[in-house]
Amino acid sequence: MPRHLASASAAAALATATATSTAMTPMTPSIPSAQLELATSLLRSMERIRLVEEAIADRYSRQQMRCPVHLSIGQEAAAAGVCAALRADDLAMSGHRSHAHYLAKGGNLDAMIAEMHGRATGCCGGRGGSMHLIDRAAGFLGAVPIVGSTIPIATGLAFADKQRGIQRVTVAFLGDAATEEGVFHESLNFAQLHRLPIIYACENNLYSVYSPMRVRQPDTRAIHQIAAGHGLRTLHGDGNDALAVHALASDAAASARAGEGPVFLELATYRWREHCGPGWDNHIGYRTEEEYLAWRALDPIARLQKRLTDAHAFDATAYATEIKAIQVEIDRAFAAAEAAPFPANASMADHVYAAA
Amino acid sequence: MTPPREISYAAAIREAFATCLARDPSVVLMGLGVSDPKGFFGTTINLHLEFGEDRVMDMPCAEAGMTGVALGAAVNGMRPVINHQRLDFALLSMDQLCTQAAKWRYMFGGKERVPLVMRAIIGRGWGQGPQHSQSLQSWFAHIPGLKVVMPATPHDAKGMLIAAIEDDDPVVFLEHRWLHHLTGPVPEGHYTVPLGPTRTARSGDKVTIAAMSYMVIEALEAADRLAAEGIEAEVIDVRCLRPLDRESLIQSIWRTGRLVVADGAWASAGMSAELIASISESAFGALKAAPKRVCLPDCPTPTSPSLAADYYPRAGHIAAAVREVLDLPPNDADLLVPAGVELDKPNPAFTGPF
Ligand SMILES: Cc1ncc(C[n+]2csc(CCOP(=O)(O)OP(=O)(O)O)c2C)c(N)n1
Repeated sequence: MPRHLASASAAAALATATATSTAMTPMTPSIPSAQLELATSLLRSMERIRLVEEAIADRYSRQQMRCPVHLSIGQEAAAAGVCAALRADDLAMSGHRSHAHYLAKGGNLDAMIAEMHGRATGCCGGRGGSMHLIDRAAGFLGAVPIVGSTIPIATGLAFADKQRGIQRVTVAFLGDAATEEGVFHESLNFAQLHRLPIIYACENNLYSVYSPMRVRQPDTRAIHQIAAGHGLRTLHGDGNDALAVHALASDAAASARAGEGPVFLELATYRWREHCGPGWDNHIGYRTEEEYLAWRALDPIARLQKRLTDAHAFDATAYATEIKAIQVEIDRAFAAAEAAPFPANASMADHVYAAA
Repeated sequence: MTPPREISYAAAIREAFATCLARDPSVVLMGLGVSDPKGFFGTTINLHLEFGEDRVMDMPCAEAGMTGVALGAAVNGMRPVINHQRLDFALLSMDQLCTQAAKWRYMFGGKERVPLVMRAIIGRGWGQGPQHSQSLQSWFAHIPGLKVVMPATPHDAKGMLIAAIEDDDPVVFLEHRWLHHLTGPVPEGHYTVPLGPTRTARSGDKVTIAAMSYMVIEALEAADRLAAEGIEAEVIDVRCLRPLDRESLIQSIWRTGRLVVADGAWASAGMSAELIASISESAFGALKAAPKRVCLPDCPTPTSPSLAADYYPRAGHIAAAVREVLDLPPNDADLLVPAGVELDKPNPAFTGPF
């Protein structure tokens, strides 16, 4: 096992070992019949996220989206699995790579695509762009690009809920690099101190831009062990298995909801495309093609589809119809965004303060 | 005579690093991505291959802690340079930089020294938005104990970076991303540009334009346009904000009597305010007109390209300000955007993302 994989969770190691074995086919345990409906809806949720992101990638070169974009293609199971374990009124926050979290939480697609186009109809009125997403109606209370900065803010959401006696769970989505920031540790300490109803969902995709784990974290402990050091309950597993993610997140949400305090969830996964932008970047040398292919064989969508097929629960015709409907929805969102007005120049300085 | 060698600003930065790393084993570079395949916008590319990953090192995403680590290393005999791809990320380290490093020599009675450089990139365009675009030079320039430099040319970038690394005090080195691809004459080998004196980028007698960093480029373009109308502007490149060479500005104002300050930051409580205050205090009698500031509108940076165009001041805004201080009628042509120019791109070849 390459050294830089050593500090990823056991699930990542397992997943890689599985993928690099001769068969190149991941394990596909059968789905219990009680979960077939859930599995079908997770598959649909992941497919929708991927189709949206692929549409963004395809259209990026038109230069209508003039902002950085960070795609989660390959990592859809984490967003879909965690959000499916939440209630509609639960809250979530994220960082620079947040499209999947926003969509899985029920964020408005039209408003997201319009925001990426810098339009007045965007979820931030054109002020934010791809790295600044918010949809309060969906319980998605914000994503911003400064790594780690929404971790304490999400902790504050949970703090306020607890103070006000509101029965709700908050999820803070974060990447592996965010666990290196001071605010991560400060937040976990506070959350555990006050037994806050929050789940820290860490997608460990092994890289921070082009920096592998090996230059950032010791290989003698896993990320979830840091959280355990703060006294948090921790769970970790295969982040490319949507059903497994859902099971872990449901468990986490139940204990957070029951007042048992914060839970840390580490999900092993992998980003397929370049860190920022629509392209591919295996050729620049920070990661190997072999590693990429191993993870690609763990495609969360293909895996779940195969398991449903094996369980004779995959309806190819219905799926094709659904995909077509999603594509129509996406095309409409792009068309609407491209036709939408830009924010008025006179509105430039609006929203710095509450209106007088 | 052979023409001087021309290289890019980014290459000049890399050369400064290579020069210092080769000359002094106590120099180390740390920062997210300094040793990655993109080499920090090309400014550190492959230096880790030449000097080893122990001296050119990537680091955890931990700006606050790592600034303290760099400070400790500086106090203990090394010359660390800590690098941030956006100034916004460096804000996480304000305690270690401003409250610790900047005070260290003073509060320990002059017995200590802090040869630390914090390098941060500022930028604009292509949706940098509210959290990837801040030009907070005035924050750092406000702090006694820090030196703050913003070179505008490849020559100064190399010479001032070497001077910063060799300096025994903490230096904040700020680069505008749009300068990186610009080329200019850069001497080979070791040389320094002192941290302090301004540079007269262009001589003139009608008005003084004091500009910083990328705004020097815009100021020079404005001066070109004005020269075509017979208005000779002096462009002073305020390449060091602290220590601030007030004297050279005062002398220029005594020659021209008029002042426009161009700063790619907000006006309120900014460097432009400091420059105008300095002139007002020391050379009020030289001023024939009220000075003017060309700065950002007083709101965070909007991401939409439609607003970015109105947000970032450019040569036309400077030319318009010069007309005002000269009491000339406004010229609608000042703010026209030439066909094909996209104001959220540093150069026509750029297609995003940053
Ligand atoms: C405080 C801060 N430092 C550095 C950056 C630059 N940056 C943007 S994304 C990123 C990588 C983050 O990695 P990770 O948290 O693992 O998330 P991933 O991109 O892998 O999803 C970095 C370092 C930033 N945005 N904010």
